Amino acid sequence: MIINHPHLGPRDASEFSILGDASLINRPDWQAGDADDAFYSYLYLRDNPAGLHRELWFHEQGDRSWLVVTRDTVTHAIIDVALASDIAKAATSKMSKVNAGKKTAAKKTATKKTAAKKTAAKKTAAKKTAAKKTAAKKTAAKKTATKRDVT
Amino acid sequence: MSPASLSQKNRITGGLVDRDQPLGFRFDGQHYTGFAGDTLASALLANNVRLVGRSFKYHRPRGILTAGSEEPNALVTIGDGAYQDPNSRATTAQLFDGMTAKSQTKMGLLSFDLMAVNDLLSPLLGAGFYYKTFMWPAAFWEKIYEPIIRKAAGLGSLSGLADPDQYDKGYLHCDLLVIGSGPSGLMAALVAAKSGLQVILADEDFCLGGRLNAERQEIDGMESAAFAALCLAQLAAMDNVRILSKTTVFGAFDHGCYGALERVNEHDANGAIRQIFWHIRSQRCVLAAGATERPIAFSNNDRPGVMLAGAVRTYVNRFGVAPGKRVAIFTNNDDGWATAQDLHAAGVEITAIIDSRTDIAKTSPTGVPTVLGGQIVNTTGRLGLRSVTLNNGAHIPADCLAISGGWSPTVHLTCHQRGRPVWNDAIAGFVPGENLPDGMIVTGAANGVMTLASCLQSGLKAGQQAARDLDRKPAVIKAPRAADESFAIQPFWHVKGSDKKAFVDFQNDVGVKDIKQSHREGFRSVEHLKRYTTLGMATDQGKIANIPGLAILADISGKTIAETGTTIFRPPYTPVPIAAFAGRSRGKDFRPTRLTPSHKWASAAGAVFVETGAWLRAQWYPQTGESEWRQSVDREVLATRASVGICDVTTLGKIDIQGRDAAAFLNHVYANGFAKLPVGKTRYGLMLREDGMVMDDGTTARLGETHYIMTTTTANAVGVFRHLEFCRQCLWPELDVQLISVTEQYAQYAVAGPNSRRLLEKLIDSGEDISNEAFPFMACGEISICSGVKARLFRISFSGELAFEIAVPSRYGDAMIRALMAAGEEFGATPYGTEALGVMRIEKGHVAGNELNGQTTARQMGLGRMVSQSKDSIGLVLSRRPELVRDDDYELIGLKPVNSDQPLIAGSHFIAIGASPVAKNDEGWVTSIAYSPHLKSAIGLGYIRRGNNRHGDIVRAVNLLGGQDIKVELCSPHFIDPEGTRLHG
Repeated sequence: MIINHPHLGPRDASEFSILGDASLINRPDWQAGDADDAFYSYLYLRDNPAGLHRELWFHEQGDRSWLVVTRDTVTHAIIDVALASDIAKAATSKMSKVNAGKKTAAKKTATKKTAAKKTAAKKTAAKKTAAKKTAAKKTAAKKTATKRDVT
Repeated sequence: MSPASLSQKNRITGGLVDRDQPLGFRFDGQHYTGFAGDTLASALLANNVRLVGRSFKYHRPRGILTAGSEEPNALVTIGDGAYQDPNSRATTAQLFDGMTAKSQTKMGLLSFDLMAVNDLLSPLLGAGFYYKTFMWPAAFWEKIYEPIIRKAAGLGSLSGLADPDQYDKGYLHCDLLVIGSGPSGLMAALVAAKSGLQVILADEDFCLGGRLNAERQEIDGMESAAFAALCLAQLAAMDNVRILSKTTVFGAFDHGCYGALERVNEHDANGAIRQIFWHIRSQRCVLAAGATERPIAFSNNDRPGVMLAGAVRTYVNRFGVAPGKRVAIFTNNDDGWATAQDLHAAGVEITAIIDSRTDIAKTSPTGVPTVLGGQIVNTTGRLGLRSVTLNNGAHIPADCLAISGGWSPTVHLTCHQRGRPVWNDAIAGFVPGENLPDGMIVTGAANGVMTLASCLQSGLKAGQQAARDLDRKPAVIKAPRAADESFAIQPFWHVKGSDKKAFVDFQNDVGVKDIKQSHREGFRSVEHLKRYTTLGMATDQGKIANIPGLAILADISGKTIAETGTTIFRPPYTPVPIAAFAGRSRGKDFRPTRLTPSHKWASAAGAVFVETGAWLRAQWYPQTGESEWRQSVDREVLATRASVGICDVTTLGKIDIQGRDAAAFLNHVYANGFAKLPVGKTRYGLMLREDGMVMDDGTTARLGETHYIMTTTTANAVGVFRHLEFCRQCLWPELDVQLISVTEQYAQYAVAGPNSRRLLEKLIDSGEDISNEAFPFMACGEISICSGVKARLFRISFSGELAFEIAVPSRYGDAMIRALMAAGEEFGATPYGTEALGVMRIEKGHVAGNELNGQTTARQMGLGRMVSQSKDSIGLVLSRRPELVRDDDYELIGLKPVNSDQPLIAGSHFIAIGASPVAKNDEGWVTSIAYSPHLKSAIGLGYIRRGNNRHGDIVRAVNLLGGQDIKVELCSPHFIDPEGTRLHG
């Protein structure tokens, strides 16, 4: 496989080591009431999709970037590659906003939290559909290419 | 005619062999001569050697069936001794002077094989025979049945010696990889190269041109072989083309990666590279792998002399060899008639053309009898074909039978990414389906284009398409002038009623009867058929057998072939030697060896080295008069504790950590607190995994306000660094902190023992103060030594003694050990190795790899209270899980044998006195053991349930594997100086 590194361009997969599901970025709050359950889910529960999967890859024989690679587990097509730190930063800034809210007013926080979650959910949903669309486009393109080959 | 030609009975004129270059070779001990340009097969045929092997199961005499890599019969062992290469296909092995080859799968002589009795027993040896017969008793399988069957059935054998040849690996990149150099491949490569693409043209043959060399066709007014040579010369002259002959592209992998094996040289005692395993990365690929001819099944269709019709043409046209004196032809398609024309042109007698079709308009060469609607029902000639018997009862004499059952497109590589071929009635074969590997374009016969002019055109189109796909303007080349020969076929797979010894898979001896039996016994899906009968499972992977086998199954089931489906092909296309995959990564070169900075000095000092990961570390330093390793280790331990010892500890991982938030970062990754560590101090750090288990431990020194240096264990250096980068980038990206591994940048030595300070004081520059007051236990800092060398000094101790670790840039590592030893001479400074290091840490009760095995917690190690509950660190939350905080948990203890003369064995289990040594009575285990020269007894560390409350208890240490069951006394793990007064001295 070739992974298109955001800084270094196309690199052979053998330069990387894989950790697994990119949800490992979303480490739960250690002080939350349900921290035990949250950490249990965080560490042990994983989806194993046949299709698009966001994974953490470490450019160990390269610049030591952790990357979030969106890969189709069926075809090995790689749809998207991003720096894990960028994704983690975006997630943290969202979190810190929520935490800031917590301090000012408890009630407000509750609403904000749900709001944040909703927007987050919306965003992921939008992203997913986008990714799927590109994937679909690519397969379509492939199919036409194939047809052309045969005829 | 040269004398060499005279000795070759079947050599005729023409072909691409060089008659001025005779090559001597041996087959089964007999000396023969061939020519440069021959394969072993063509040279054997030239010498009228028709019997070349015995079949796998029935030990039937077999000859050469094909002229390519699809060969199922002519598998031979080439070379002797360590160079012995079993299961080489004689049909692809390029003849060289001095080649020695042996036939395989025989007991006794090839012409009188003792195992041929299997052939008489064949009614008993049908599909599933082994499964059914040798299943009872189960214990017999491994020891008795399998070795006998393997010996009887096996193909060639390995020499059992290390392969003396050199193999290599390489990476190639191109815009377009063209696989196959026949008419389509050549055209695709030419037009793509002229369009400006970087092109690699690969072909498994040593002589490029594919079928153009095997046919007598005309292109642009010249012979097809001459046309191929012309194209190749054009390609070779272009800078953007690389031609790889003798190179099999054996697999199509993800993202345009192709695996290829180049057979560069034959075995060479001079060390030339024998084979190269290429990883080829290509934007586009044109698959022009051609097609593979298949036989027709009828009784005794496997006698030496039976050959595929296309192969007969290859031997006649390319090699100038007549495979027989009198040839009969059996075909179901027009291509078989081309064989008749070429044989006739070469002056070889044709005894009959038998076509299974009735309604065709083909004229045979003058005087050749033709039998339309004819079928061969049997053959005669045990060691070589003598005649064929037709369905009309006629016997036709023939020492060679050319069979053509039609051609199957070579679609293998199209299947390597889940592609499934689809049935095409017009050519009676499978053509590539959808889901081709990324960027692959299939052309020519591989895509079901079966005639010459169309193949040339199809190749041009493919090359132009590749150019367009890569945004280049495709070059315009006029298609060469050639005729489209007729290619009509009427599927005909096996002669009905002629099932006995009618072979489909020649290499695995699977016949029509086996397929019928498989169907009868319920193994009706293609996948089941394959596994039950082993059809297509030999080293040729059923290149010629799969399609006929499938067709016969379809016929029996009353289904069409399309309905019956097909198995798909997986890499590799042809076998790849493990040696080629390994390349140079063999023996000591399997991975790099890391040497410590003191290695040169230690070698000279006579150290015994041990592998710790990739590192070589001094294990102990034997002195004159020491014959046992224990003598050396005991001496090193005693000397260190009595005066001073020196040990290279460079291999410990060193990670430089800098940034405004470095302290906050350390606080997250270590379970114990690091926020308040002052500058100039070192602290022991305990690192957990997120699941709460201990991951690693080490010390971290604060060298400056924003500068720390962490050490990890040798074994976990890589894993910890990866983990820290994960924490930094994925969990706490907002922290201002940077990491870099400096393991190899610093040489580090432990200087331990009561005289360690005095030794170091001799090396430090004036103005530096390392007295206990100025530089107390756990102090650290930069220090100037040896007249201006900047070093780092840490007052840390693994041995439990007053001790320091001194680090200098690696380039000073060798000088440093020499300086330390010289300065230590007056104290009798003793270098010590990893064994003494281990003894001293066990005496001190320090945990190491054996205790930190990934399944143990801080609490079990007695370090539970170090885990800070007041900050967020990796592993904190899950380390509080109920199972990890059980009251009856394992706890670290020390142990000594009650009888101090007895040794201990690591891995022994604790069993109560009087209890039987079974799993349910298991209370814990011994992790580390050593002989303590201070206590004059074996000592150990271990985990036992409620260990902290059991000091003084006597239990048994039982080791059933080691045959030991002894009484041991449990005690504190701190055998030496439990108060730590030595450390602080």
